[in-house]
Amino acid sequence: MAIEVREVSKRFGDFVALGDVSLRVGDGALTALLGPSGSGKSTLLRIIAGLESPDSGEVVIDEQNVTDAPARMRGVGFVFQHYAPFKHMTVHDNVGFGLSVRKRPKAEIRERVKELLGLVRLEGLAERYPSQLSGGQLQRMALARALAVQPQVLLLDEPFGALDAQVRAELREWLRRLHEEIHVTTIFVTHDQEEAMEVAEQIVVMNKGRIEQAGTPRELYESPGNEFVMSFIGPVNRLGDAFVRPHDIEILPSVEGVGTEALVERVVHLGFEVRVELKLHDGRDIWAQITRENAQQLELREGQILSVRLPAPRVFAA
Amino acid sequence: MSANAARRLGVRMLALGYLALLLGAPVGMIFYRTFEHGLAPVWSAVTAPNAEHAFWLSLEIVAIAVPLNTIFGIGMALLLERGRFWGKGLLGLVIDLPFAISPVVVGLALVLVYGKTGWLGDWLTTNGIQIIFSVPGMVIATAVVSLPFVARETMPVLRELGIDAEQAAETLGASAWQTFWRVTLPAIRWGVVYGVVLSTARALGEFGAVSIVSGRIEGQTQTLPLYVQDRFENFDSTGAYAAAVLLALLALGTLLAMNLLTRRTRGRTAS
Repeated sequence: MAIEVREVSKRFGDFVALGDVSLRVGDGALTALLGPSGSGKSTLLRIIAGLESPDSGEVVIDEQNVTDAPARMRGVGFVFQHYAPFKHMTVHDNVGFGLSVRKRPKAEIRERVKELLGLVRLEGLAERYPSQLSGGQLQRMALARALAVQPQVLLLDEPFGALDAQVRAELREWLRRLHEEIHVTTIFVTHDQEEAMEVAEQIVVMNKGRIEQAGTPRELYESPGNEFVMSFIGPVNRLGDAFVRPHDIEILPSVEGVGTEALVERVVHLGFEVRVELKLHDGRDIWAQITRENAQQLELREGQILSVRLPAPRVFAA
Repeated sequence: MSANAARRLGVRMLALGYLALLLGAPVGMIFYRTFEHGLAPVWSAVTAPNAEHAFWLSLEIVAIAVPLNTIFGIGMALLLERGRFWGKGLLGLVIDLPFAISPVVVGLALVLVYGKTGWLGDWLTTNGIQIIFSVPGMVIATAVVSLPFVARETMPVLRELGIDAEQAAETLGASAWQTFWRVTLPAIRWGVVYGVVLSTARALGEFGAVSIVSGRIEGQTQTLPLYVQDRFENFDSTGAYAAAVLLALLALGTLLAMNLLTRRTRGRTAS
């Protein structure tokens, strides 16, 4: 189901959480709301879910204006940042909660819960209590619970935020595949640009209560619309008003008349990638990203003088 | 023995000695003096008509006042922890007033409102309702003095619980009523239980406020604590001690029952 947010504003006291935000998310899309903390991304998600009401503007889900509808009437599945498990219920009762409050027959609930626990790979843990699950398992239980009532829309607030790096990577991959399988319109909030790039089909970059730019990961990376998007998505060097991507910098052996002279200050080997910190002859600091192979050919070492060829830098109108 | 162990032993002895002097010895003495001459005099003392009446009246008052305070207390805790309204801080203070005000003052205040010459006196008399010097007044007095317990024991639990689980229930389609019964109440139940225990113990032992509003009519408006005092003043020490022990046993029974209940239910749901 398509989701539309029209000119939504929200203040908390003097703080403007959202200023006139409009957004459209297509049916079945997997979208990331990406931004630093305080950018309003969680507030926007909670307004779509009906957990927060906007001061002005409208929320439309599947052509229905739901701005004044309570959360429980919106057909929205919400996964909370800290999973919000019902601690006094078993995993089975947690997942079956939405069906149980709809007074579905017990046998049907059991059947559906079993199916969902299979989907999120928690078979065999149905009789456990949330306190007996790991973070990743809790996360998947919360997801199964949200999916049990067949929501039109799935909303996830920092879904991987509280997990360690390895579980995180696993769950990202898994969420992508799950989305391909069930194809419910999904929006998730994250402050991690890598996570957004990896998982989402569409990214909405937010900052200070506004949407800076929306597009596919590739669009945002290749044609950022402004300074903020350029520096938030992907690594960047700032030279005055201009921006240069570190991997666009070419490093050559020192040759008269080619490029700009630079001093190698530090070389960091990160496996395939090598990060080179340089000081240009005019005193500006810059860093470049080159391949391991390239670094070997150049016989890079600290204190070396090289030539650096900068690409045409990007400049954004203020 | 190391200095450390000696110090620990010293602290322990001090704590135990304090408890023994303040609690153990007096309560022990009551039990001892009561059963000094065997069970027969105790039995006849507690089965005296006025004693029996006082016993049942005490239970009746507790049975009305405690459930009232439980419902009110949970509602108030929800209002104070979840609500957003003007004057919340003030309301929080008002709830604590019964802790701060002497029960005697509570009793006098009730007489001023509900008594014959009180603020509502005329209206009550015209409508044939008697509150002061009868059971309704005693229930009100008991409810007032044990008012804060449930709310105060429930509030921190609610605060710690946070609103995430309740909001999750809401997004899953639960109505406010379903959310309360199935998510909120089970999560705060130990706080509520503890508040109920304290309320019950407090209500059972209430003396000051009830003493004033009851008029202390023998065999009519005498609760157990009032009966104990009455016997004591009439130099019937056997009657006073026996009733006091009965009161103490009731309170102990309450604590024990709740303890067992808590343990049994906790065993079932791992937390």
